[in-house]
Amino acid sequence: PVTCRHDDLKEMLDSNKDSLKLEAMKRIVAMIARGKNASDLFPAVVKNVACKNIEVKKLVYVYLVRYAEEQQDLALLSISTFQRGLKDPNQLIRASALRVLSSIRVPIIVPIMMLAIKEAASDMSPYVRKTAAHAIPKLYSLDSDQKDQLIEVIEKLLADKTTLVAGSVVMAFEEVCPERIDLIHKNYRKLCNLLIDVEEWGQVVIINMLTRYARTQFLSPNQNESLLEENPEKAFYGSDEEDSKDDKPDAASLVKRKPYVMDPDHRLLLRNTKPLLQSRNAAVVMAVAQLYFHLAPKAEVGVIAKALVRLLRSHRSVQWVVLQNVATMSIKRRGMFEPYLKSFYIRSTDPTQIKILKLEVLTNLANETNISTILREFQTYIRSMDKDFVAATIQAIGRCATNIGKVRDTCLNGLVQLLSNRDELVVAESVVVIKKLLQMQPSQHSEIIKHMAKLTDNIQVPMARASILWLIGEYCEHVPKIAPDVLRKMSKSFTGEEDIVKLQVINLAAKLYLTNSKQSKLLTQYVLNLAKYDQNYDIRDRARFIRQLIVPTEKSGALNKYAKKLFLAQKPAPILESSFKDRDHFQLGSLSHLLNAKAVGYQELPDWPDEAPDPSVRNVEVPWLPTLRFSLSLSFPDPESVSESESESSSSSSESGSDSGSRGEESGDQSEEEEEEKKKKKKGKEGPRKVCPESAGRYHRHWRGEGAGSATSWELRNTSRDMGGLHDSFTSPALERRDQLITSQPQHVPTAFLPPSAQMLSPVFSTMKTYELLHRMAGEGLSVEYYFNRQPFPPDPHMVAVQIQFSNNTESEVKNLRVSEPKLVSGMRIQEFQEIGKSMVGIDTCPQLPGVNWAGSFSLWHVSSSTHSRQFYVSIQPPVGELMAPVFMSENEFKKEQTPHYKHCTVGTGTWT
Amino acid sequence: MIHSLFLINCSGDIFLEKHWKSVVSQSVCDYFFEAQEKAADVENVPPVISTPHHYLISIYREKIFFVSVIQTEVPPLFVIEFLHRVADTFQDYFGECSETAIKDNVVIVYELLEEMLDNGFPLATESNILKELIKPPTILRSVVNSITGSSNMGETLPTGQLSNIPWRKAVVKYTNNEAYFDVIEEIDAIIDKSGSTVFAEIQGVIDSCIKLSGMPDLSLSFMNPRLLDDVSFHPCIRFKRWESERVLSFIPPDGNFRLISYRVSSQNLVAIPVYVKHIISFKENSSSGRFDVTIGPKQNMGKTVEGVIVTVHMPKAVLNMNLTSTQGSYTFDPVLKVLTWDIGKISPQKLPNLKGIVNLQSGAPKPEENPSLNIQFKIQQLAISGLKVNRLDMFGEKYKPFKGVKYITKAGKFQVRT
Repeated sequence: PVTCRHDDLKEMLDSNKDSLKLEAMKRIVAMIARGKNASDLFPAVVKNVACKNIEVKKLVYVYLVRYAEEQQDLALLSISTFQRGLKDPNQLIRASALRVLSSIRVPIIVPIMMLAIKEAASDMSPYVRKTAAHAIPKLYSLDSDQKDQLIEVIEKLLADKTTLVAGSVVMAFEEVCPERIDLIHKNYRKLCNLLIDVEEWGQVVIINMLTRYARTQFLSPNQNESLLEENPEKAFYGSDEEDSKDDKPDAASLVKRKPYVMDPDHRLLLRNTKPLLQSRNAAVVMAVAQLYFHLAPKAEVGVIAKALVRLLRSHRSVQWVVLQNVATMSIKRRGMFEPYLKSFYIRSTDPTQIKILKLEVLTNLANETNISTILREFQTYIRSMDKDFVAATIQAIGRCATNIGKVRDTCLNGLVQLLSNRDELVVAESVVVIKKLLQMQPSQHSEIIKHMAKLTDNIQVPMARASILWLIGEYCEHVPKIAPDVLRKMSKSFTGEEDIVKLQVINLAAKLYLTNSKQSKLLTQYVLNLAKYDQNYDIRDRARFIRQLIVPTEKSGALNKYAKKLFLAQKPAPILESSFKDRDHFQLGSLSHLLNAKAVGYQELPDWPDEAPDPSVRNVEVPWLPTLRFSLSLSFPDPESVSESESESSSSSSESGSDSGSRGEESGDQSEEEEEEKKKKKKGKEGPRKVCPESAGRYHRHWRGEGAGSATSWELRNTSRDMGGLHDSFTSPALERRDQLITSQPQHVPTAFLPPSAQMLSPVFSTMKTYELLHRMAGEGLSVEYYFNRQPFPPDPHMVAVQIQFSNNTESEVKNLRVSEPKLVSGMRIQEFQEIGKSMVGIDTCPQLPGVNWAGSFSLWHVSSSTHSRQFYVSIQPPVGELMAPVFMSENEFKKEQTPHYKHCTVGTGTWT
Repeated sequence: MIHSLFLINCSGDIFLEKHWKSVVSQSVCDYFFEAQEKAADVENVPPVISTPHHYLISIYREKIFFVSVIQTEVPPLFVIEFLHRVADTFQDYFGECSETAIKDNVVIVYELLEEMLDNGFPLATESNILKELIKPPTILRSVVNSITGSSNMGETLPTGQLSNIPWRKAVVKYTNNEAYFDVIEEIDAIIDKSGSTVFAEIQGVIDSCIKLSGMPDLSLSFMNPRLLDDVSFHPCIRFKRWESERVLSFIPPDGNFRLISYRVSSQNLVAIPVYVKHIISFKENSSSGRFDVTIGPKQNMGKTVEGVIVTVHMPKAVLNMNLTSTQGSYTFDPVLKVLTWDIGKISPQKLPNLKGIVNLQSGAPKPEENPSLNIQFKIQQLAISGLKVNRLDMFGEKYKPFKGVKYITKAGKFQVRT
């Protein structure tokens, strides 16, 4: 009958009617769904791969992907159809052709797939590019030799600027080359900025990857704390030795105490992920939570607790995963969950596995102040009908008792009461926990030991019996009368006991023999004889060993003398620890963390580096934003010269104080003397501008403001706003939503488009925005700001003048400030920047007119500066508007210039005509 | 990521399988069945099971186990959340996520699963996008299709895929433009024996049903937004606006969706709308016990408490219960030992009471714990936290929409310990 039915289907597939074909395909797919074999239909189905009806075609695809691996030769027949599909003008068809082609696991078509992926990676449609990203891991799993070529494609797609591609390509990266962290550098900031608009699944993958990335590139934000803990010792030892010689240790500790400054990129990641804690998707929330747990400064981790507690309202399976992670976190960062203690209270309707996890969290959260509330809760739990849960509660009480000395006796009393519980499991669990507690202070509790000795008559749970026997043996001196009697009873039932109980009976016998041999000698002999012929070799072995040890014979050596010391040595009390302790060496939220074992393909979370790798690797050469990059260097003077330079600097500072902020047209000037002159000339033209404190504060808010959640670095924001002004078409809803997004393709604004006849205007508006180049914290006291003075730069009309202000905020002086290693992209020029030899002291602002100028070329600029003692990498990225000069021209001239090519520029300058 | 998916019903039949990479044999589910057997009930099957070659991550929804097969490291919540999304999509398409619905629509289910994952990584999970690719089944459409031969599949890329607002279709048209918001709050509480509150919290959601033409840009503001302590958003909400102005500003998806869920700040005291008086006792050495429960509304509400249902999981030793109720009806399931008392509306004049005798298994020891009472109720036209919507404004479109807000308070996990 089976073949009959299939014949029927074949007939339908061969017919000319699409409706019949569709019906047949539907029935076939239903078979596949039920797990029935439909492979014999392959030839009939594959013929329809080019069918016009889209639903038939889709179902044929489903069939192909399912059976192509088994019928490779026949599957090849369909390839040409897909190759044609890859060229289709409809993006959906191109994408689905690539999807199916890459899903057919036939090794022979690897080169075809490779080609298709490469082509799709440069497709116009982002959806097709996304599909290409999905295809990468498929090809990789089919043929891992393609890795190098695939990495090239990944690199290309990582540079893609659309949110649609970002998640998929990072997924491909994680599956193919997670070790190539270097591929991320250039895309790091972009990924951070796109993150909020990426679809939720992509967000999870990107956040997890960036967590790993951050661990390799930034310094631990909590290192200062650990330094503080270490320091006293080190300073102590250090000073001891070298105090007399010189003050080297001082210098060493100075370096050590260097304040930690978070890399702005590190901050960017934290800031841009934070709003995602509000995601509706539990996986996203968890991803951000683990990112904060692993990367944020201690003081900031707390924000995740609220979001995680919210997830506890979700489905049971979500709860289960979240609670496991909370359990691990609550060991390291107890404080952050303490306000939510009650959210972990247990309901009788919770499933047992949830109850036990909540109990774990409650136990981790217990401290001196909340323990009484927690114990009151535990009392309710102990009466539960769910006995596994009761057992877990008893253990939790035990852990609270060991960790919090104050309540140890209360807990112990409570547990002893449980010994008369009707349920044997409860009693057994209590015995085991009491045993552990008693080990901490046995002498006070001989009554409890006596009580427990009586239990041996009734309690049958082996672990509990073994625990009691061990207790009696260990503390037989406290119960001298009962102990031999227990041994007597146990020797009677010895043969019927479980192995762990037998071992403890032997133990008890040995200990009694050593302390009270008169009463127990015969009994011990008897037990050892029974054990000698036991079926279990562990027990036989133990008996032989113990007999040699305790019973003195001629053969037994010196060991015999120490038998008592061996058996009755002080034993350290066991430490009751959470099973979640140290689980955080696995990345939280991962499968490996959940299983507490490394899963296949798990990427270790690296430790923080001791020294931060070069942060400039993340600088991006944005083609449409000229950026001036350079490093500033300065030297701290030698101690001897301090007194000398102090007087000098005081004069210079007073001078510069009055001059600060006044700027003239000739600001491009280089030489210092000249500059001084000009400053005098221009004095008073603009009011003096105090720069340092206020603007530093503003900058501070920029980076760490409360609204930090959504903003990106200010450069990007500024530029995107300017671009928005230039292109009206560019106000998509997404841009309105989060204005830092730059979704448009880079637009090349033409260089210096001044017509020869045009006459430059002097600036009319005076509100100038200063930008922070180097924050005083990052610059170790030196802060640098710049602004565009919007003045023509006479030496070269194609250059733009940038005014840079240096201020020294420290007591010590700074000298030999210079710009080094300017990284200039071709077409970019910079005027020589002369070294500032002058030293600066005090909180004064010391304005310099270095006249860093650059050509109005819209390509990238790098500059860098250096000295022997400190070097800071900085970059200037001017807003587009700053690179345009106002020009006067007549209407006719304007129209003449208004070629399509320049159109968008004239929009900007049109107001001047 | 996700290798395969098996759907398994309660009697252990695998009624659907789908593979996104090479085929994984059904026998992998044996490990799941093993774990299921070990767990006392479905609630206790561990969501993640490790087997020699695979990991199984599962969820349980509407009496169906969604068991996914994983081969390499993946965040478990990623898979769990995705599986729930699959179940939600079925619900959305077929009106219910049941075994019969899935079996009846197996081809659509397969097409959906095909679109939702590519090589195990989510491709399209947004309901608006899926509905453009694969049209939900309706009787009318299937009739039309069978006559005209047209298909259920979209032939072009859904507009949402490429737009910055993937949750909304491009061309939406309604003759009546309406926007409805349901503010639903749930009280989670644990009340102890003496009637004092151990723990109480209000969790709320705003579910929306928006049928507006074009690209409306809405902003919804509250009288007292500070009440909202912790909020999670639908992706359509502009986070920045909320941060700065406490206004929900968004371009809505088309149709039904959850706009936000929130928790009310824990400093606010929660008004518990009902109280319970109870005497449940079992005598030592006797095969019977007493059961007497009265439930009443608290005075200060001014609204009627309705839809009241009390559920009690009785101890295992209970054989039977002989009770009389002054209002509503009760049932006792002697197998599951669950007592359900469906009361309905409570009027303060005559308080509903249920009392009588509990018969215990003879010889069984007296149950140690008194069962706790789980209470469900509903209060219409009230958000217990006091949250109030201030206004809804629409920008971007010219027509005047019809707007409506409804409030309702329900019991969440509301438990009274006895």
